[in-house]
Amino acid sequence: MPLRTPLYATHVAAGARIVDFGGWDMPVVYGSQIEEHHAVRRDAGMFDVSHMCVVDLRGERTREFLRRLLANDVAKLTQTGKALYSCMLRETGGVIDDLIVYFMDDRWFRMVVNAATRDKDLEWLRTCAEPFAVTVEPRGDLAMIAVQGPNARSKAASLLEPALAARALELGPFVGMEAGGWFVSRTGYTGEDGWEIMLPAAEAPAFWARLREAGVARCGLGARDTLRLEAGMNLYGNDMDETTSPLESGLAWTVAWEPQDRDFIGRAALAAQQAAGVTRKLVGLVLEGGGVLRSHQKVIVPSVGEGEVTSGTFSPTLERSIGLARVPVQTGERCEVEIRGRLLAAAVVRPPFVRNGRIAIPV
Amino acid sequence: MSKVPADLRYLKSHEWARLESDGSVTIGISDHAQQALGDLVFVEVPEPGRRVMAGEACAVVESVKAASDIYSPVSGEIIAGNAELGGQPELINRDPYGGGWIMRVRPEDKSQFAALLDAKAYEAALAAETH
Repeated sequence: MPLRTPLYATHVAAGARIVDFGGWDMPVVYGSQIEEHHAVRRDAGMFDVSHMCVVDLRGERTREFLRRLLANDVAKLTQTGKALYSCMLRETGGVIDDLIVYFMDDRWFRMVVNAATRDKDLEWLRTCAEPFAVTVEPRGDLAMIAVQGPNARSKAASLLEPALAARALELGPFVGMEAGGWFVSRTGYTGEDGWEIMLPAAEAPAFWARLREAGVARCGLGARDTLRLEAGMNLYGNDMDETTSPLESGLAWTVAWEPQDRDFIGRAALAAQQAAGVTRKLVGLVLEGGGVLRSHQKVIVPSVGEGEVTSGTFSPTLERSIGLARVPVQTGERCEVEIRGRLLAAAVVRPPFVRNGRIAIPV
Repeated sequence: MSKVPADLRYLKSHEWARLESDGSVTIGISDHAQQALGDLVFVEVPEPGRRVMAGEACAVVESVKAASDIYSPVSGEIIAGNAELGGQPELINRDPYGGGWIMRVRPEDKSQFAALLDAKAYEAALAAETH
């Protein structure tokens, strides 16, 4: 039996194409994926991301637990509602999942993990939390709607309770707040301004309908993928997994080495990898001619070695194909990608490709 | 619902074929296929002069989400590819049976065209696929 979000019937009624995503029946596109993409870059779009797993962690030692669990350091979180992006690692340094964690209060942190990794994440969290007497509560009672784009906050604010709207509009980037069972955070997965809004599941269909009336475009997981890739954001399972470390996944910036005595899970393995020399890196690719980069295509770096495309798509903003690829660390500014038996030239760039509606790489 | 013009022939793999007055066969993908693929962003058409066999993959259409091979419904020689698709792959989404044609073949054997699915048979195949 597939899992369905509280908005499933709404998506079907809207004519969405439904696909399986990590066991969930999710809308991949409502009409034109490219138009949905542009709506977010130019105005405002919304995504049902209720399949993602919200987990509340509670207990006196929650901060101490998370400082052990995560490669990034929650000691950085001192302001109420502040969020941190981190990988959760095996002792081997492989990535179990990437996640966002919010500091709610001294006894409560809220985490959002991926849908496809939900079960193994919860098992790992419970195993690791037990010695700290931290409780792990998945919040299946909450829906989550991401409202993204330059006009997203202003359009959505008019639909919130006035007191909540006033406070939500004051949130700085990567900060969230809770009020009356709703949680609003200035976060997202598109490279645009916007909010992610958690709300009681029963209230989600009505809120979604009001966002529609306010002129917020419905967007499916297809546009979510092209937007995140333009924004240079990794997708778990494509761009990193348990066989790769953050250091070879473009995520070294999320590993907090200081203070040196913080013994997070996977630290020893990452330190050993660092000392031995990291051999691969994740880079951005821009295909110079026609064609479309796709995951698992072979990358050839003349006189250096080979790599692989981890994510690829057509970029509606650049109107050419872009991707992420794991390549030898010595790779310079150019490479070739094998597409249907032919070698096509690609430029190697540093993501993001697009940020806040503007092209962010030399073209 | 998708359009299935009565005057065309079809393959189960969603190509359409039209017999032109000069005996050549124009080939494209059906309305159903373009809807299923979504926004098309790249099309690779074959070079004129190439010989193809019926059922041979000879063109590629790529949407945002996936690449799909296009099979020739008949054996023969490619006499044209639609160059317009190089700059405007979305023609296939807008007009799959007109401006979005993909290639033209001079068939070797006229009986192959006659053996393709007619509109009714293709509609039945579509119904079977979606139920």
